[in-house]
Amino acid sequence: MFEIINQISKWAVPFILLVVPSIAFIKKVPVFETFVEGAEDGFATAIKTIPFLVAMLVAVSVFRASGAMQLMTDLFSPYLSKIGFPAEVLPHAIMRPLSGGAALGIATDIIEHHGPDSFIGKLVSTMQGTSDTTFYVLTLYFGSVGISRYRYAVANGLCADITTLVASLFIAHAML
Amino acid sequence: MVNYIWLGMMVISIMVAGIQGNIEVITKAAFEGADTAVKVSFSLIAIMTFWLGIMKLAEAAGLVRGLARLVQPITAFLFPSIPKDHPAMGSIVMNLSANVLGLSSAATPMGLIAMKELQKLNGNSKTASEAMCTFLAVNTSCLTLVPTTIIGIRLMYGSQDPTAIVGTTIFATACGMTVAVIADRTFRKIYNWRRN
Repeated sequence: MFEIINQISKWAVPFILLVVPSIAFIKKVPVFETFVEGAEDGFATAIKTIPFLVAMLVAVSVFRASGAMQLMTDLFSPYLSKIGFPAEVLPHAIMRPLSGGAALGIATDIIEHHGPDSFIGKLVSTMQGTSDTTFYVLTLYFGSVGISRYRYAVANGLCADITTLVASLFIAHAML
Repeated sequence: MVNYIWLGMMVISIMVAGIQGNIEVITKAAFEGADTAVKVSFSLIAIMTFWLGIMKLAEAAGLVRGLARLVQPITAFLFPSIPKDHPAMGSIVMNLSANVLGLSSAATPMGLIAMKELQKLNGNSKTASEAMCTFLAVNTSCLTLVPTTIIGIRLMYGSQDPTAIVGTTIFATACGMTVAVIADRTFRKIYNWRRN
Protein backbone atom coordinates (compact mmCIF):
# COMPACT_ATOMS: atom_id res chain seq x y z
CA MET A 1 0.00 0.00 0.00
CA PHE A 2 2.64 2.50 1.07
CA GLU A 3 4.86 1.41 -1.76
CA ILE A 4 2.06 2.22 -4.21
CA ILE A 5 1.55 5.68 -2.72
CA ASN A 6 5.30 6.26 -2.78
CA GLN A 7 5.39 5.37 -6.46
CA ILE A 8 2.47 7.72 -7.18
CA SER A 9 4.32 10.51 -5.37
CA LYS A 10 7.41 9.84 -7.45
CA TRP A 11 5.56 9.78 -10.78
CA ALA A 12 3.08 12.61 -10.18
CA VAL A 13 5.20 15.58 -11.27
CA PRO A 14 6.84 13.93 -14.31
CA PHE A 15 3.37 12.72 -15.33
CA ILE A 16 1.97 16.27 -15.18
CA LEU A 17 4.96 17.58 -17.12
CA LEU A 18 4.35 15.02 -19.84
CA VAL A 19 0.56 15.14 -20.07
CA VAL A 20 -0.18 18.86 -19.71
CA PRO A 21 2.03 20.17 -22.54
CA SER A 22 1.05 17.23 -24.79
CA ILE A 23 -2.68 17.82 -24.43
CA ALA A 24 -2.16 21.56 -24.84
CA PHE A 25 -0.26 20.86 -28.06
CA ILE A 26 -3.01 18.58 -29.38
CA LYS A 27 -5.51 21.37 -28.67
CA LYS A 28 -3.36 23.67 -30.82
CA VAL A 29 -2.14 25.81 -27.93
CA PRO A 30 1.24 27.46 -28.71
CA VAL A 31 2.93 25.63 -25.81
CA PHE A 32 6.18 27.55 -25.42
CA GLU A 33 4.59 31.00 -25.65
CA THR A 34 1.78 30.09 -23.28
CA PHE A 35 4.21 28.70 -20.69
CA VAL A 36 6.30 31.88 -20.79
CA GLU A 37 3.22 34.06 -20.59
CA GLY A 38 2.05 32.31 -17.44
CA ALA A 39 5.50 32.15 -15.87
CA GLU A 40 5.85 35.92 -16.13
CA ASP A 41 4.08 36.46 -12.81
CA GLY A 42 6.38 34.16 -10.84
CA PHE A 43 8.84 36.81 -9.78
CA ALA A 44 6.22 39.35 -8.68
CA THR A 45 4.27 36.76 -6.68
CA ALA A 46 7.34 35.54 -4.82
CA ILE A 47 8.66 39.03 -4.08
CA LYS A 48 5.27 40.16 -2.80
CA THR A 49 5.53 37.69 0.10
CA ILE A 50 8.70 39.29 1.53
CA PRO A 51 7.20 41.92 3.89
CA PHE A 52 4.65 39.47 5.28
CA LEU A 53 7.20 36.72 5.83
CA VAL A 54 9.71 39.11 7.39
CA ALA A 55 7.08 40.29 9.89
CA MET A 56 6.17 36.72 10.86
CA LEU A 57 9.61 35.14 10.90
CA VAL A 58 11.17 37.98 12.91
CA ALA A 59 8.55 37.44 15.62
CA VAL A 60 9.12 33.67 15.58
CA SER A 61 12.89 34.03 15.68
CA VAL A 62 12.79 36.52 18.58
CA PHE A 63 10.31 34.32 20.45
CA ARG A 64 12.65 31.35 20.29
CA ALA A 65 15.94 33.13 20.95
CA SER A 66 14.71 35.24 23.87
CA GLY A 67 13.88 32.22 26.01
CA ALA A 68 10.16 33.08 25.96
CA MET A 69 9.33 29.74 24.37
CA GLN A 70 11.33 27.87 27.03
CA LEU A 71 9.51 29.83 29.74
CA MET A 72 6.14 28.90 28.22
CA THR A 73 7.16 25.24 28.17
CA ASP A 74 8.26 25.32 31.82
CA LEU A 75 5.02 27.04 32.79
CA PHE A 76 2.64 24.60 31.11
CA SER A 77 4.39 21.25 31.30
CA PRO A 78 3.47 20.35 34.96
CA TYR A 79 -0.24 20.65 34.09
CA LEU A 80 0.02 18.85 30.79
CA SER A 81 1.95 15.87 32.13
CA LYS A 82 -1.04 15.20 34.41
CA ILE A 83 -3.25 14.48 31.37
CA GLY A 84 -0.66 12.15 29.82
CA PHE A 85 1.07 14.70 27.65
CA PRO A 86 4.85 14.31 28.08
CA ALA A 87 6.63 17.60 28.80
CA GLU A 88 9.40 16.79 26.31
CA VAL A 89 6.97 17.12 23.41
CA LEU A 90 5.55 20.53 24.37
CA PRO A 91 8.19 22.65 22.57
CA HIS A 92 7.27 20.77 19.41
CA ALA A 93 3.57 21.48 19.88
CA ILE A 94 4.27 25.19 20.40
CA MET A 95 6.74 25.47 17.51
CA ARG A 96 4.83 23.40 14.95
CA PRO A 97 2.37 26.10 13.77
CA LEU A 98 5.12 28.73 13.61
CA SER A 99 8.12 27.17 11.93
CA GLY A 100 8.37 23.89 10.05
CA GLY A 101 12.15 23.79 10.19
CA ALA A 102 12.30 24.43 13.94
CA ALA A 103 9.61 21.83 14.68
CA LEU A 104 11.37 19.22 12.57
CA GLY A 105 14.59 19.99 14.42
CA ILE A 106 12.87 19.45 17.78
CA ALA A 107 11.25 16.23 16.54
CA THR A 108 14.59 14.91 15.27
CA ASP A 109 16.20 15.75 18.59
CA ILE A 110 13.49 13.90 20.56
CA ILE A 111 13.70 10.84 18.28
CA GLU A 112 17.47 10.82 18.68
CA HIS A 113 17.34 10.98 22.49
CA HIS A 114 14.34 8.77 23.23
CA GLY A 115 14.57 6.40 20.26
CA PRO A 116 12.15 6.24 17.32
CA ASP A 117 10.19 3.32 18.77
CA SER A 118 9.66 4.76 22.25
CA PHE A 119 6.24 6.18 23.11
CA ILE A 120 7.54 9.76 23.02
CA GLY A 121 9.31 9.11 19.73
CA LYS A 122 6.17 7.76 18.13
CA LEU A 123 4.02 10.53 19.55
CA VAL A 124 6.26 13.28 18.21
CA SER A 125 6.45 11.50 14.83
CA THR A 126 2.66 11.48 14.64
CA MET A 127 2.49 15.14 15.65
CA GLN A 128 5.05 16.06 13.01
CA GLY A 129 3.15 14.19 10.30
CA THR A 130 -0.32 15.47 11.15
CA SER A 131 0.07 19.17 11.65
CA ASP A 132 1.11 21.99 9.39
CA THR A 133 2.94 25.27 9.92
CA THR A 134 -0.39 27.07 10.14
CA PHE A 135 0.87 30.60 10.84
CA TYR A 136 3.55 30.36 8.22
CA VAL A 137 1.09 29.12 5.59
CA LEU A 138 -1.44 31.84 6.44
CA THR A 139 1.24 34.54 6.22
CA LEU A 140 2.63 33.21 2.95
CA TYR A 141 -0.69 32.58 1.21
CA PHE A 142 -2.39 35.80 2.27
CA GLY A 143 0.82 37.75 1.72
CA SER A 144 1.13 36.59 -1.89
CA VAL A 145 -2.13 38.37 -2.75
CA GLY A 146 -1.63 41.34 -0.43
CA ILE A 147 -4.26 40.45 2.19
CA SER A 148 -3.55 41.78 5.67
CA ARG A 149 -6.94 41.22 7.34
CA TYR A 150 -7.25 37.50 8.02
CA ARG A 151 -10.76 37.55 9.60
CA TYR A 152 -11.40 34.19 11.30
CA ALA A 153 -8.70 32.25 9.42
CA VAL A 154 -6.39 32.20 12.46
CA ALA A 155 -9.16 30.91 14.71
CA ASN A 156 -9.90 28.15 12.16
CA GLY A 157 -6.27 27.11 12.07
CA LEU A 158 -5.86 27.09 15.84
CA CYS A 159 -8.99 24.95 16.30
CA ALA A 160 -7.69 22.42 13.79
CA ASP A 161 -4.20 22.41 15.32
CA ILE A 162 -5.46 21.84 18.86
CA THR A 163 -7.75 19.07 17.60
CA THR A 164 -4.95 17.24 15.79
CA LEU A 165 -2.76 17.58 18.87
CA VAL A 166 -5.41 16.08 21.17
CA ALA A 167 -6.23 13.39 18.59
CA SER A 168 -2.52 12.50 18.21
CA LEU A 169 -2.20 12.16 21.97
CA PHE A 170 -5.36 10.07 22.21
CA ILE A 171 -4.50 7.68 19.38
CA ALA A 172 -0.90 7.36 20.54
CA HIS A 173 -2.10 6.26 23.99
CA ALA A 174 -4.67 3.94 22.47
CA MET A 175 -2.55 2.25 19.80
CA LEU A 176 1.17 2.58 20.41
CA MET B 1 -6.38 38.33 16.04
CA VAL B 2 -3.12 38.11 14.11
CA ASN B 3 -2.31 41.62 15.41
CA TYR B 4 -2.54 40.46 19.03
CA ILE B 5 -0.52 37.30 18.43
CA TRP B 6 2.20 39.19 16.62
CA LEU B 7 2.43 41.99 19.18
CA GLY B 8 2.22 39.49 22.05
CA MET B 9 5.14 37.45 20.71
CA MET B 10 7.30 40.54 20.30
CA VAL B 11 6.51 42.17 23.65
CA ILE B 12 6.75 38.97 25.71
CA SER B 13 10.00 37.94 24.01
CA ILE B 14 11.69 41.28 24.62
CA MET B 15 10.49 41.40 28.24
CA VAL B 16 11.67 37.85 28.94
CA ALA B 17 15.06 38.53 27.37
CA GLY B 18 15.37 41.78 29.34
CA ILE B 19 14.52 40.18 32.68
CA GLN B 20 16.81 37.21 32.07
CA GLY B 21 19.62 39.62 31.19
CA ASN B 22 20.27 38.53 27.63
CA ILE B 23 18.69 41.37 25.72
CA GLU B 24 21.48 41.25 23.14
CA VAL B 25 20.02 38.11 21.53
CA ILE B 26 16.94 40.06 20.37
CA THR B 27 18.70 42.18 17.74
CA LYS B 28 20.56 39.22 16.33
CA ALA B 29 17.44 37.02 16.27
CA ALA B 30 15.37 39.73 14.59
CA PHE B 31 17.85 40.10 11.74
CA GLU B 32 18.23 36.34 11.41
CA GLY B 33 14.45 36.01 11.11
CA ALA B 34 14.31 38.69 8.42
CA ASP B 35 17.15 37.00 6.58
CA THR B 36 15.38 33.63 6.59
CA ALA B 37 12.18 35.27 5.33
CA VAL B 38 13.88 36.89 2.35
CA LYS B 39 15.67 33.64 1.51
CA VAL B 40 12.38 31.73 1.57
CA SER B 41 10.75 34.29 -0.71
CA PHE B 42 13.65 34.18 -3.13
CA SER B 43 13.60 30.40 -3.30
CA LEU B 44 9.91 30.70 -4.19
CA ILE B 45 10.75 32.65 -7.37
CA ALA B 46 12.00 29.55 -9.16
CA ILE B 47 9.21 27.10 -8.33
CA MET B 48 6.50 29.76 -8.65
CA THR B 49 7.66 30.75 -12.13
CA PHE B 50 7.85 27.14 -13.19
CA TRP B 51 4.42 26.07 -11.88
CA LEU B 52 2.70 29.23 -13.09
CA GLY B 53 3.91 28.35 -16.58
CA ILE B 54 2.65 24.78 -16.33
CA MET B 55 -0.68 25.89 -14.87
CA LYS B 56 -1.18 28.41 -17.68
CA LEU B 57 -0.69 25.55 -20.15
CA ALA B 58 -3.13 23.36 -18.22
CA GLU B 59 -5.65 26.16 -18.25
CA ALA B 60 -5.24 26.81 -21.98
CA ALA B 61 -5.69 23.10 -22.64
CA GLY B 62 -8.95 23.12 -20.67
CA LEU B 63 -7.54 20.71 -18.06
CA VAL B 64 -8.07 22.99 -15.04
CA ARG B 65 -11.74 23.41 -15.90
CA GLY B 66 -12.09 19.68 -16.47
CA LEU B 67 -10.57 18.91 -13.10
CA ALA B 68 -12.83 21.47 -11.43
CA ARG B 69 -15.90 19.83 -12.99
CA LEU B 70 -14.75 16.38 -11.89
CA VAL B 71 -14.63 17.21 -8.18
CA GLN B 72 -17.56 19.61 -8.31
CA PRO B 73 -19.82 17.63 -5.91
CA ILE B 74 -17.30 18.00 -3.05
CA THR B 75 -16.08 21.49 -3.78
CA ALA B 76 -19.60 22.88 -4.24
CA PHE B 77 -20.24 21.92 -0.61
CA LEU B 78 -16.97 23.37 0.68
CA PHE B 79 -16.86 26.49 -1.47
CA PRO B 80 -20.42 27.61 -2.24
CA SER B 81 -19.22 31.13 -3.15
CA ILE B 82 -16.99 30.01 -6.02
CA PRO B 83 -18.79 29.75 -9.38
CA LYS B 84 -18.56 26.22 -10.76
CA ASP B 85 -15.95 25.66 -13.49
CA HIS B 86 -13.98 28.60 -12.09
CA PRO B 87 -10.18 28.08 -12.47
CA ALA B 88 -9.82 28.60 -8.69
CA MET B 89 -11.40 25.17 -8.16
CA GLY B 90 -8.84 23.48 -10.40
CA SER B 91 -5.88 24.95 -8.57
CA ILE B 92 -7.42 24.22 -5.15
CA VAL B 93 -7.76 20.57 -6.13
CA MET B 94 -4.19 20.49 -7.47
CA ASN B 95 -2.93 22.00 -4.21
CA LEU B 96 -4.81 19.52 -2.02
CA SER B 97 -3.67 16.55 -4.14
CA ALA B 98 -0.06 17.69 -3.90
CA ASN B 99 -0.51 18.00 -0.13
CA VAL B 100 -1.93 14.49 0.16
CA LEU B 101 0.97 13.08 -1.85
CA GLY B 102 3.47 15.05 0.22
CA LEU B 103 4.83 17.00 -2.77
CA SER B 104 5.63 20.19 -0.91
CA SER B 105 7.51 21.84 -3.79
CA ALA B 106 4.37 21.58 -5.93
CA ALA B 107 1.82 22.19 -3.16
CA THR B 108 2.94 25.70 -2.21
CA PRO B 109 2.96 27.13 -5.77
CA MET B 110 -0.44 25.52 -6.49
CA GLY B 111 -1.78 27.04 -3.29
CA LEU B 112 -0.49 30.48 -4.22
CA ILE B 113 -2.05 30.13 -7.69
CA ALA B 114 -5.35 29.20 -6.02
CA MET B 115 -5.07 32.29 -3.81
CA LYS B 116 -4.48 34.42 -6.91
CA GLU B 117 -7.69 33.10 -8.47
CA LEU B 118 -9.63 33.54 -5.23
CA GLN B 119 -8.33 37.11 -4.95
CA LYS B 120 -9.79 37.85 -8.40
CA LEU B 121 -13.19 36.75 -7.09
CA ASN B 122 -12.56 38.86 -3.98
CA GLY B 123 -12.18 42.05 -6.02
CA ASN B 124 -8.56 42.57 -4.91
CA SER B 125 -9.65 43.42 -1.39
CA LYS B 126 -7.23 43.56 1.56
CA THR B 127 -9.67 41.46 3.59
CA ALA B 128 -9.80 37.66 3.30
CA SER B 129 -12.85 36.19 1.55
CA GLU B 130 -14.93 33.33 2.96
CA ALA B 131 -13.62 30.95 0.31
CA MET B 132 -10.03 31.85 1.26
CA CYS B 133 -10.66 31.10 4.93
CA THR B 134 -12.19 27.73 4.02
CA PHE B 135 -9.35 26.93 1.63
CA LEU B 136 -6.70 27.68 4.26
CA ALA B 137 -8.57 25.71 6.92
CA VAL B 138 -8.64 22.65 4.65
CA ASN B 139 -5.10 23.25 3.39
CA THR B 140 -3.39 23.52 6.79
CA SER B 141 -5.24 20.53 8.22
CA CYS B 142 -4.89 18.47 5.07
CA LEU B 143 -4.25 14.75 5.13
CA THR B 144 -0.82 13.46 4.19
CA LEU B 145 -0.96 9.80 3.23
CA VAL B 146 2.74 9.15 3.73
CA PRO B 147 4.66 11.58 5.94
CA THR B 148 7.91 10.87 4.12
CA THR B 149 10.20 13.26 5.99
CA ILE B 150 9.48 11.89 9.45
CA ILE B 151 9.58 8.27 8.22
CA GLY B 152 13.04 9.04 6.84
CA ILE B 153 14.18 10.41 10.19
CA ARG B 154 12.78 7.40 12.08
CA LEU B 155 14.63 5.11 9.68
CA MET B 156 17.84 7.10 10.19
CA TYR B 157 17.71 6.52 13.96
CA GLY B 158 17.20 2.79 13.54
CA SER B 159 13.45 2.34 13.96
CA GLN B 160 12.22 -1.28 13.78
CA ASP B 161 8.93 -0.13 12.27
CA PRO B 162 9.31 3.30 10.66
CA THR B 163 5.81 3.31 9.15
CA ALA B 164 4.11 2.45 12.47
CA ILE B 165 2.98 6.05 12.71
CA VAL B 166 1.09 6.15 9.40
CA GLY B 167 -2.16 4.88 10.92
CA THR B 168 -2.03 7.29 13.86
CA THR B 169 -1.18 10.15 11.50
CA ILE B 170 -4.18 9.46 9.27
CA PHE B 171 -6.51 9.21 12.28
CA ALA B 172 -5.31 12.48 13.84
CA THR B 173 -5.40 14.39 10.55
CA ALA B 174 -8.91 13.16 9.78
CA CYS B 175 -10.04 14.51 13.17
CA GLY B 176 -8.28 17.82 12.50
CA MET B 177 -9.78 18.18 9.03
CA THR B 178 -13.30 17.49 10.24
CA VAL B 179 -12.97 20.08 12.99
CA ALA B 180 -11.40 22.55 10.55
CA VAL B 181 -14.44 22.38 8.26
CA ILE B 182 -16.89 22.63 11.18
CA ALA B 183 -14.92 25.50 12.77
CA ASP B 184 -14.84 27.34 9.46
CA ARG B 185 -18.62 27.11 9.11
CA THR B 186 -19.18 28.16 12.71
CA PHE B 187 -16.78 31.11 12.69
CA ARG B 188 -18.16 32.28 9.36
CA LYS B 189 -21.67 32.41 10.85
CA ILE B 190 -20.47 34.18 14.02
CA TYR B 191 -18.46 36.65 11.99
CA ASN B 192 -21.33 37.50 9.63
CA TRP B 193 -23.79 37.69 12.51
CA ARG B 194 -21.57 40.10 14.44
CA ARG B 195 -21.06 42.29 11.40
CA ASN B 196 -24.79 42.69 10.72
